[in-house]
Amino acid sequence: MLYREAGQFRTSYAEDGRIFPIRQDRIGFALLLLVFGVAVPLLANEYWLKAILTPVLIFSLAAIGLNILTGYAGQLSLGSAAFMAVGAFAAYNFILRVDGMPFLLALALAGLAAALVGVLFGLPSLRIKGFYLAVATLAAQFFIVWVLVKFPWFSNYSSSGVVTAQEVVILGYAFVSPEARYVLTFAVVAVLALAAKNLVRSATGRAWMAVRDMDVAAQVIGFRLMRTKLLAFAVSSFYCGVAGALYAYTYIGTVEPEGFNLDLSFKILFMIIIGGVGSIMGSFLGAAFIVLLPILLDNLVPALFGNALGAGFVSNLQLMIFGGLIIFFLIVEPHGLARLWQIAKEKLRLWPFPH
Amino acid sequence: MKLKRTVLLGAAIAGLLASSVAGAVEEQFIGLPSYRVGPYASGGSGVFGGWIDYMQLVNERDGGINGVRLTWEECETEYNNARGVECYERLKKKGSTGNTVFQPVSTGITYSVLDKAAQDKIPVVTIGYGRTDAADGRVFPWVFPLITTYWSQASAIVNFIGTKEGGMDKLKGKKIGLLYHDSAYGKESHAVLDRLATKHGFELSKIAVAHPGNEQQSQWLQLRQLKPDYVILWGWGVMNPTALKAAAKVGYPREKMIGVWWSGAEEDTIPAGPAAKGFIAAGFNVAGANYPVVADIKKFVYGKGKGNMEDKARIGSVYYNRGVVHGLITVEAIRKAQEKFGKGRALTGEQVRWGFENLNLDDARLKALGATGFLPSLKISCADHEGPGVVKFQQWDGSQWKVISDWVESDRPLVRGMIEESAAAYAKEKGIKPRDCSKEG
Repeated sequence: MLYREAGQFRTSYAEDGRIFPIRQDRIGFALLLLVFGVAVPLLANEYWLKAILTPVLIFSLAAIGLNILTGYAGQLSLGSAAFMAVGAFAAYNFILRVDGMPFLLALALAGLAAALVGVLFGLPSLRIKGFYLAVATLAAQFFIVWVLVKFPWFSNYSSSGVVTAQEVVILGYAFVSPEARYVLTFAVVAVLALAAKNLVRSATGRAWMAVRDMDVAAQVIGFRLMRTKLLAFAVSSFYCGVAGALYAYTYIGTVEPEGFNLDLSFKILFMIIIGGVGSIMGSFLGAAFIVLLPILLDNLVPALFGNALGAGFVSNLQLMIFGGLIIFFLIVEPHGLARLWQIAKEKLRLWPFPH
Repeated sequence: MKLKRTVLLGAAIAGLLASSVAGAVEEQFIGLPSYRVGPYASGGSGVFGGWIDYMQLVNERDGGINGVRLTWEECETEYNNARGVECYERLKKKGSTGNTVFQPVSTGITYSVLDKAAQDKIPVVTIGYGRTDAADGRVFPWVFPLITTYWSQASAIVNFIGTKEGGMDKLKGKKIGLLYHDSAYGKESHAVLDRLATKHGFELSKIAVAHPGNEQQSQWLQLRQLKPDYVILWGWGVMNPTALKAAAKVGYPREKMIGVWWSGAEEDTIPAGPAAKGFIAAGFNVAGANYPVVADIKKFVYGKGKGNMEDKARIGSVYYNRGVVHGLITVEAIRKAQEKFGKGRALTGEQVRWGFENLNLDDARLKALGATGFLPSLKISCADHEGPGVVKFQQWDGSQWKVISDWVESDRPLVRGMIEESAAAYAKEKGIKPRDCSKEG
């Protein structure tokens, strides 16, 4: 009923090729943008903006990056956190070493730097596949973090290897308040997510999916494997790099190479598995799930059992419940939360009169 | 008539409210960003257990600080920076006056909250970890790396080796190996040890161990070829017992191995078994349960069944006692701040910051607290947020840690000079104008 499309005709190619062909989806998306872009910064308090929503957005962006590579182009990667590190440290060095470097340009350059490094570590993907490629990207994870610690130039010779992000100033306005930082993050993430959504519907995206489904067949029908795979690595690393720069500048404020460790790479991988491999929306759902659930449990479990059980046991219990829920969701819907939403939508389109 | 009644009613209500406020017990809230799961849980559960037990002791034995009861809430960080920031934000507004002090017991989380805490006016206290150059209180008014820093520790270890050899001049031509955790934490030692090597003329060989450090065969092969007179073990977690076992395998005497305070707990030596015997480690607190303060915790807290530790055998271990030091210093800083801002009142973070900055734990005070020799005496000032910079050395006798030295000092002029240099560079980069300490009250 809600999703009845009766009467919605597409009369031109432009209308047929829209991102959201159904009117209800367009309205819903506009509402979503309004709520998270306008209402949330006006209404939410500092804790929600700083500690919950900003990291969810940033990790969503990183998850989109990995989803492009793994979900669309079929190349498994365990180096997402390292590419985030490249982005964070590149942005820091661009702003530090170039006088008057505008923040948004630094953000883009940070993404490009990460893309370059990504292409470099994507080269083995031309020869190796699947789990073997994952191991090769694992090398990227350790190598990049090692380089950032090894050469003090990257952290401007700070004794501990930790860098403090400079103040974010765009056109003379300093982004200091949690609201301003959230809006900036939201704007960047929204623009890049829309770009990603469009990219995966384009010829490039179709090439990626062809390679994902069977790269020999894709090669036979004329896709250039090297170009397609390396482009996927570049775009994916670009997204991770921008996410890393945002992580440093609008969220944590100070970054150390070890912060971008293998754990974080795994976390991003879990985000796309839970959210939905090969879905932009799934990246957001997965990031929200992985970031929010432990915090929810940390609030809930001690309140419920805190007095009866010891603090150590309560902390471990949270991890057990978290792990259990992940398994539960994967059994109920192996294609992720995005697929659940898709099923719900299909049901809604027929409701209340399914055949 | 009506007006009079309204006024009277209003006054009565106001009086009622005032009396209820006065009658309520004042409470001081302390947020605890603890970690009881993950790879560092063994350290975290000890530190936070000891810390909570000490605060419980103050509540049970003394009825709080001048009648102000301590309340706290734990927030699990898993030693993860992002979770630490979430905990910081969650805890900062809790309690009647907000979070009093933030002590993350993680260098990564410390860096992540440094700027935020200064804006929110909450002091960040990092005892034995964190940002070393924050010891310059003129540039970092809100950060307190109390008792000692990594640089002071490195220098104190060199001084200890010097005394063992019979004088600092005897260090000339000696070889010292530095086996370090290949991370920002491990590299903290480099700059200061390099300078000390040039100053005293010893030869320093730095050998990195990649995280987590459960494979050290090649490093010990290298050390066997070098034949250093001493090995400084700058380790963390599983790297420590592995190093001790590897040393036993290549026959390097453990008596010549000196660990830092994150290498010198029961959790580091017991897994190494007999290989750990003779190993020496630095510490800004000592192990042992036979101090009056720990005895009081057993009596007043565990006696009433309110203890935090699940494994009571760990009471008096290095990490547990470190937690007691955290609790003791926090409580004393609040007590100091109450002297200025009103005894028996709950204070804000800003007021407690003053308490930390004017903290003076002299020998008499430590004796009164039952902690003589448990931690060094401590005097903090506006410029110096570190304090004494001393450590004690303990040796593992196969079953427990035995104190083998008095408080060993660092090369203060050299370390302080480096701290000021580094803090000045930070101030320049961030455009901070250092405070003028002569104007601070």
